Amino acid sequence: MTFSLALVVGAIALAGCSGLPGLFCPRPGRWGQKAATWLVVLAAVAGIGGAAVALAGETTATWHGIALDALSAWFLVPVFLLGALGSVYGESYWPQASHPVNGRRLRLFWGWLMAGMGLLLIARHGVVFLVGWETMALTAFFVIATEDEQATVRSSAWAYLVATHLGTLSLFSLFALLRKATGSFALRPLTVDEAGIGLLTAMFLLALVGFGLKAGIMPLHFWLPGAHANAPSHVSAFLSGVLIKMGVYGLVRILGLLPAPPVAWGVLLLAAGVASALGGVLFAIAQHDLKRLLAYHSVENIGIIVMGLGLAVLGRATGHPDWVLLGLAGCLLHVWNHSLFKGLLFLAAGAVVHATGTREIDALGGLGRRMPWTAAFFATGAVAICGLPPLNGFVSELLIYLGLLRTATVPATPVWPLAALSAPALAMVGALAVACFVKVFGAVFLGLGRTPVTEQAHEAAPDMRGAMAVLAAFCLLIGLAPGWIAPLLSQACACASPGTQTGTALASLAPFAWLSAANGALLILLGIGVAVSLRLLRRHPVRRPGTWDCGYAQPTARIQYTASSFAQFLSSIFGWLFRAHVDRPRVTGAFPAASRFASHVPDLVLDRCLLPMARTVERWLGTFRRLQQGLAQSYLLYILVAVLAMLVCTMPLGEIIKRWFCR
Amino acid sequence: MTNLGIHLGLLLVLPPLLLGVINKTKALFAGRQGPPLLQVYWDIAKLMHKGIVLSSTTSWVFVAAPVVGLVTVFLAGLLVPQGPFPAPLSFAGDVILFAYLLGLARFFTTAAALDTGSPFEGMGAAREVTFACLAEPALFLAFLVLVRLSGSLSLAGMLHAPLTISATVEAAPLVLVAIGLFVILLAECCRIPVDDPNTHLELTMIHEVMVLDHSGPLFGLILYAASLKLFVLGTLLLHVLFPFQAGPAALDWALYVLELLGLAVVVGIVESVMARLQMRHVPYLLTAAMLFCAFGFALLIR
Repeated sequence: MTFSLALVVGAIALAGCSGLPGLFCPRPGRWGQKAATWLVVLAAVAGIGGAAVALAGETTATWHGIALDALSAWFLVPVFLLGALGSVYGESYWPQASHPVNGRRLRLFWGWLMAGMGLLLIARHGVVFLVGWETMALTAFFVIATEDEQATVRSSAWAYLVATHLGTLSLFSLFALLRKATGSFALRPLTVDEAGIGLLTAMFLLALVGFGLKAGIMPLHFWLPGAHANAPSHVSAFLSGVLIKMGVYGLVRILGLLPAPPVAWGVLLLAAGVASALGGVLFAIAQHDLKRLLAYHSVENIGIIVMGLGLAVLGRATGHPDWVLLGLAGCLLHVWNHSLFKGLLFLAAGAVVHATGTREIDALGGLGRRMPWTAAFFATGAVAICGLPPLNGFVSELLIYLGLLRTATVPATPVWPLAALSAPALAMVGALAVACFVKVFGAVFLGLGRTPVTEQAHEAAPDMRGAMAVLAAFCLLIGLAPGWIAPLLSQACACASPGTQTGTALASLAPFAWLSAANGALLILLGIGVAVSLRLLRRHPVRRPGTWDCGYAQPTARIQYTASSFAQFLSSIFGWLFRAHVDRPRVTGAFPAASRFASHVPDLVLDRCLLPMARTVERWLGTFRRLQQGLAQSYLLYILVAVLAMLVCTMPLGEIIKRWFCR
Repeated sequence: MTNLGIHLGLLLVLPPLLLGVINKTKALFAGRQGPPLLQVYWDIAKLMHKGIVLSSTTSWVFVAAPVVGLVTVFLAGLLVPQGPFPAPLSFAGDVILFAYLLGLARFFTTAAALDTGSPFEGMGAAREVTFACLAEPALFLAFLVLVRLSGSLSLAGMLHAPLTISATVEAAPLVLVAIGLFVILLAECCRIPVDDPNTHLELTMIHEVMVLDHSGPLFGLILYAASLKLFVLGTLLLHVLFPFQAGPAALDWALYVLELLGLAVVVGIVESVMARLQMRHVPYLLTAAMLFCAFGFALLIR
């Protein structure tokens, strides 16, 4: 066991134990929480240290079913980073003093969640992997259900539990098939003659379903919006930023093991990615709940990540190492980037919820004046998630775009139009994301407050701001200096796709230096421009009346465009997809009574397919319910009937019938 | 070096003239004398000396937006080559930077509109982001066609490719792309038939209504950035429309400026002979642009 692996194992153990001291501290005291936070931070330092060694290129030998390589380390970094930042944030967001009952439980499961993810990332043995996977999956259920006194929280936690069990079921089958092919549970690359294409495709599809359910790829995302919206905000940040990436890790790892993928796998992944990205962002636009909206954006970003992966598989299938490299690099870098900006956005949303007590976007407004830091952090996250320069989201999307556009430069490959057409789809996703984030940033932080809750809003506590500042700084850093992380990225890519030559290749395919220059120039010019405009403001006479209202005599905050009205044009274009439930107000007579308008967009899969289907099945099976009356006598009767029936089965019926009817 | 200087000079100085040419053309069609060609320069200069009215509801976003709008469009202008000359900034993938710089400008312009809390500006912002969702894929489809024809991933390589194309098979997609790009230009620069820069009814506008509350030097920046955007997108379109080369550098520069002014005249003619579309019909126009580019793409699938 090498030093780096020992560091990571130690970090996992520390994280797993972090909640234990709290169980022995008195409920109202804050020392249990302090101890948990310090332990998690310590674990993060050790874990990221170990991961850094592995990212530098050191691959350890397998030791009792665990090992550390650059790909594991790449995914370990966000686990530990967001785990620690979430804990620090939780000090003020979920203090033990105001959550005496569920606070201790939350921290215990938080530590176990980190430990489970760490274990599955270093596992090289099917059983070890599944132990880590189930630890993660089950503790995630408990952290989602933190506020289990609320009915909505319970129902979304149950939806999550059903989804995760389905996923685990396919993973069991996947590892069973893997064992059938290789003869052991060890996760090692297969060779072409070990498994036929049928078996390989079965394994690929099982991996796609099992890991896709966790990642939230579009038709399998149904548990995600509810679970992420109803968990406490730092938990949402951890789930959205890190947990769903474990599905991506599983897919990348398993695809790296399966040899010679056919073109169809790549096309399927690419199509799933496009569907997720477009569907996720479209449904996000239709949401009224701040955290539900962010959760749908996770579906979108997972789609972008899967597009990168699909391109890489397509590249392997058709023999284009440049597609493989750009696709994988975009996929993996977007995993980091999404952890950073989605974590940031959920933490900022948490600050808003903490300050106002509501997640309803249309109830908020004008918070930028009372919470300037939170507003600035949210704006940073919003620009980053839209993939706009000069922040990190732009870099990873650019890698994927480059890969997709490169498919059009190859003279004769039959699949190029499919891959190339994903580029305009990604452009549409980008434009829709801008629409969505302008909507939510404008409606929550700009303008005037729409309801009284905004008037008592307060800025986030220093440790909450600190956690957000770290994430925002990383967003800026990756945007400005992508060249610094390029070597780490190519190490991870080399691990994810053995056989593809990497090293200097990524730097020659992607214009990292130019990106740094362009993003730097943009930032410098913006700085100069802002300085000049501040000078203008100082030198010119500035009057500050109200907003121009076209002569309207009595403007109020209620005449502002709400988030719903902002999205109305887009919702009408995509109305065929949304099928919104609309409650129209009835306005009759000269003096109509007060009335209200409400609209709600049900989820495409959960509310429109799965629940109706489940209800139908329930109705069919409901007829059997009258058998179950709870009366001991009737159960005895059933037993008697069953025993008799079995006896009848053992009788030689043919013989009896013959005796009765034959002469 | 000289060419770089001319590129920067034209990029910084020429754009307001295009608006002047458009206005003059429209005046001629309407039988008026119209404002002088250089009127937009005087307007910007005047605005730069005026005081500022800032709504009391606004925050830093409102002040930052005009700066972001100008800086991003200027950087985008450095990526687009003028005439047959190389662009100051050019690398594989700069085409994505180009599109996303315009996206950054849109993010801040629309956010600043929401910052005022005015329902009219919210309306304009909602329209702007909605139309962009249809214009953006059209733009990328056009880029795809150019990438396929040129085999290059940098804007300069892509846009200079039509110069060398002789076969009709390759010219046909370019014609379709040119139509698509022209519609995108009209939409992105908020000209008729998508938006009417001259209307006085806030309810029916897009760009002008978003900047209703901006005033003085900040509004000057916005006006200048709008003309710059027309200049940059027009330059992009000209490569597809007129892939011709005169030979000597001086002639090429003159030809380029003439083509640009000609494009402004065409925009002016379109504005004079067409009415603004109903707002709910604009998506159809943009979808048509997308389809033109998509047909261009389909012609290249072999």
